[in-house]
Amino acid sequence: MREIDVKEIIPIVKKLCIDASIYIGDDVVEKLKEFQEKEESPIAKEIISIIFENQRLSVEKQMPLCQDTGVAVFFIELGQDVHLVEGDFYEAINEGVRQGYKDGYLRKSMVDDPIIDRKNTKDNTPALIYLDIVPGDKIKITLAAKGGGSENMSEVKMMKAADGIEGVIDFVVDRVKRSGGNPCPPIIVGVGLGGNFEQSALLAKKSLLRSLNEKNPDPKWAKVEDEILEKVNNLGIGPQGLGGRTTAIAVNILHKACHIACMPVAVNIQCHVHRHKSAVI
Amino acid sequence: MAKELHLQTPLKDDDLKELKIGDKVLITGIIYTARDAAHKRLVDLIEAGKELPFDIKGQIIYFVGPAPARPGMPIGSAGPTTSYRMDPYSPILLDAGLKGMIGKGPRSKEVIDSMIKSKAIYLAAIGGAAVVMAQSIKAAKVIAYEDLGTEAIRELKVENLPCIVANDIFGNDLYDEGIKKYKK
Ligand code: SF4
Repeated sequence: MREIDVKEIIPIVKKLCIDASIYIGDDVVEKLKEFQEKEESPIAKEIISIIFENQRLSVEKQMPLCQDTGVAVFFIELGQDVHLVEGDFYEAINEGVRQGYKDGYLRKSMVDDPIIDRKNTKDNTPALIYLDIVPGDKIKITLAAKGGGSENMSEVKMMKAADGIEGVIDFVVDRVKRSGGNPCPPIIVGVGLGGNFEQSALLAKKSLLRSLNEKNPDPKWAKVEDEILEKVNNLGIGPQGLGGRTTAIAVNILHKACHIACMPVAVNIQCHVHRHKSAVI
Repeated sequence: MAKELHLQTPLKDDDLKELKIGDKVLITGIIYTARDAAHKRLVDLIEAGKELPFDIKGQIIYFVGPAPARPGMPIGSAGPTTSYRMDPYSPILLDAGLKGMIGKGPRSKEVIDSMIKSKAIYLAAIGGAAVVMAQSIKAAKVIAYEDLGTEAIRELKVENLPCIVANDIFGNDLYDEGIKKYKK
């Protein structure tokens, strides 16, 4: 049994929040370059250049890539041999968020009540925290700071087995089509298949954590990802929805077992400001 | 062929006659920020017959909720937010004299019709290029609804703020045409 003081978590979470908002992953940059080379639309090519300029300026000025610094979503892998002491684990994460969003000059985008009051909580809490217990005595904390624009273009659909893989592909492509320029394309399409109503959405979000340079480990699913990517880029939406070949730079699928009567399909749209960072304690 | 043009606020009808979808424009002058919550309040004021917190005639509204400014800086990162959420309010503001809007993503048919009627334009800024946009903002001050935090109305002094004409005064729509052109 390893004891970990929850207070140790606060500065780590704080740093994750600030770093994720400023430093974009190399995988995103590489994919954008690859697509920019193939791009046919002059406006689209130029938009991708502006995105590169933004990534450069963000580091130089230490300013967040996007003003929407998102809701702080955490995926925690908690080793079962860890004993958390000296306080409340969830509160420690929220305190890290509070400090990160304040000291990093990040935007506070959370409202306390989704519909009636909608009062800003002023410190970007509460964070959304998902916990998995895993073997070992470490804690892995992954932050995915998710903007509202692309999140709003996401959807869960309970499909029928008879819809088949073609039905699933059509639904995902249609979801991207209906999103148009709203989620700040170029996007990454996260797809969660199976589980249950609630789990499919979580799978879709988790699928986005896979590096864009890595293929789906299962070749049959890798093929589906390629097919969706091609179809999505044939829609012509392009960067910012102003026309072009670069609508999405990747499609990531994560699937799980499900009930004989069900076929849940979730699509989580991620913009090019694809922020996720991890730390291990 | 797309051109690069300079626009100075407040806008006059003559300034907008030459603009076509796909043109790049660089905006200089004063513009105002407003998102969902501020739009609702502005429209409530108009409906109650009350005065707006700024003279809207000929002005541009930028749909943005900026990040906080670092010490010594006028503003934090400041890219556009998605415009369709403002669609229910924009025609009322256009009727009141608004001449331009900056945001991201396509507008509804009602808003486009209303822009034709009011001879107004919609400009696309690059979503997610928020540091680039902030470089053109030289000063910012909250002029209304401070309680809304990032959603308060700010008066921005901008120099060469880069945008692309997405809807011109003739009813053309770059979102529609651009996608048609590259669709396979
Ligand atoms: S969708 Fe992404 S890039 Fe666009 S405004 Fe939101 S966080 Fe920023």
